[in-house]
Amino acid sequence: MANIPVLIVILPLAAALLCLVLTAIHERLGLWAVGLASLASFVLSVMQLITVAREGTIHYCIGGYAVPYGIEFVIDSVNACVLVMISLIGFLTVIFAKNFGERIGRMQRGAGYAVLSLLITGLLGMTSTGDVFNLYVFLEITSLSAYCLIALGGSKGVVSAFRYMLVGTIAATFYLLGIGVLYAATGTLNMGDMSDILDKGGYDHVMLVSMCLLIVGFGIKMALFPFHGWQPSAYTHAEPGTRPLITGVMGKIPALAMFRFIFCVFGTDLIYVRFLLVMLGVFSVCGMLYGSIMAMGQSDLRKVLAYSSVAQIAYISLGFAIGTPTALAGSFIHMLAHAFMKGGLFFCTGAISYKFGTYSLDDLGRIYKKMPLTCGLLVVAALSMIGIPPTAGFFSKWYLALGAAGAHYWVYLAVLVISSLLNAVYFFKLIEKVFIQPSKDLDERWSAGEFELPVSIVLPVVVCFAAILAIGIFNVRIFDFLMMTLEGVGL
Amino acid sequence: MTAISVFLASKGIYLLTFILLSLGVAGMIVCNNYLKKLICMNIMQVAVIFFFLCLGQKSGGTIPVALDGALKASEYINPLPHGLMLTAIVVSLGTTGVGLSLLLRIREKYGSVEEDDIIRRERKV
Repeated sequence: MANIPVLIVILPLAAALLCLVLTAIHERLGLWAVGLASLASFVLSVMQLITVAREGTIHYCIGGYAVPYGIEFVIDSVNACVLVMISLIGFLTVIFAKNFGERIGRMQRGAGYAVLSLLITGLLGMTSTGDVFNLYVFLEITSLSAYCLIALGGSKGVVSAFRYMLVGTIAATFYLLGIGVLYAATGTLNMGDMSDILDKGGYDHVMLVSMCLLIVGFGIKMALFPFHGWQPSAYTHAEPGTRPLITGVMGKIPALAMFRFIFCVFGTDLIYVRFLLVMLGVFSVCGMLYGSIMAMGQSDLRKVLAYSSVAQIAYISLGFAIGTPTALAGSFIHMLAHAFMKGGLFFCTGAISYKFGTYSLDDLGRIYKKMPLTCGLLVVAALSMIGIPPTAGFFSKWYLALGAAGAHYWVYLAVLVISSLLNAVYFFKLIEKVFIQPSKDLDERWSAGEFELPVSIVLPVVVCFAAILAIGIFNVRIFDFLMMTLEGVGL
Repeated sequence: MTAISVFLASKGIYLLTFILLSLGVAGMIVCNNYLKKLICMNIMQVAVIFFFLCLGQKSGGTIPVALDGALKASEYINPLPHGLMLTAIVVSLGTTGVGLSLLLRIREKYGSVEEDDIIRRERKV
């Protein structure tokens, strides 16, 4: 069981490689392989979470090569939580995705599952790794599979995937340049080792240059405000079955990597750190306002949620910009909460389009009568986005606000409140459509069975519903657990 | 030697890679044709590969293969950047492959790879 950290990443990779062969043998086998691998990853990451809680940070050297020479996986309490989140949403997405894409052939579907499994591998790897170049490789695995999955979503999807690919490659190139500068100065690729060398002093200018490159690179990948141009159309036109994973999780992991670089590798002793954090804060504040305002003007449910993601990702980077341990914990709780909120909302839009074939806000009149479970999640996720207790969104914003007040950043606090009110405007508009507006006659595409939808769609909806409430209710335990790591790294 | 030639001899190669990188990025912004954008993307990636290879270079060093008589690390160039860039080249090959196949699909669906035509067609739909 000492190999758990690497097994979590390897299992979906193996499933991705086997998937096409198995699909050629029988249609369902490939799907089963991918589903079981992601389920196994989920179970293993829960076991790993328990181990981390008992024994502290896990350091795992791949192949037994000693630290500065080999690749190291480092699992601390933050990583462990995020890994559970990725593998759970990954598993739910795999079973959700099997309901979509009936028009395409069998081998193409098999290839689709393989790419989805690769996306899960990339995300898990980026989270686990403690080596800067290994992070680049996993970043590219994630991006390449995301381009493919976005391109599967029809003719507009192909164009948005191509545009994302151009911008995403610039991001990866900037990241590579950033670590190139760091490697030239320190001669190491291991994050822990690099941090030790940089701490000796005299590297301030190197760190400034590489940090600017890294902020731009990760900013593009996580769709932070001035770099978010690719995001709304890519999220809107992505393949509907895999959209929850792309929208819910893909933007968060570069944010985690950015946190690793700012706080773990560079450390807070850097003389330019205040300048960098203020820059990040300005981006976040603009993003929180811009995303919320743009979301208010959209009539397509997918676009509303995509622009809302621009705002929500800025909450996470706002926590980094404040930089105290409380605010960082708020960021990570928001990362977990938002993955289930946005993933859940996109499970809902997928379910609505599966049943009625529409994405327009105007078609949602009194849909709660026809789809009570889905609308239950829609409402809980919307309330959580606004930040109403006892949902997860309230507590993440609460810790962010506590952090901002503790560090006397009153502007951030004000913007946090204003952005939440703007969220309320467009989510109450959604709730009004669902409950009050007169209903429209829509063709039901699916009406058999005892639930409103197939079990493979109902299950993700129910799990996301439970997860949003569970993160809210157990927020103190999650906060304490995250603090095990964050206590020592914040400002 | 004058100051400028000393600077060019030691740092000139970085200046050249920076120019190459800027050319790539500028081309991606300016070009209207998606295939040209893809080519510029490759130029940009090559610039970073050059940057890493310059880091591994050393005057008086030989290839990193065990040779008779050469025992000290200072007698060999650093093989690590080359190893890293081998991976980066594979990644850029993969990216180009995905990009070309996306372009084929765009061409199939829109009948053109010019950005103006595609935007016009998108508006019509």
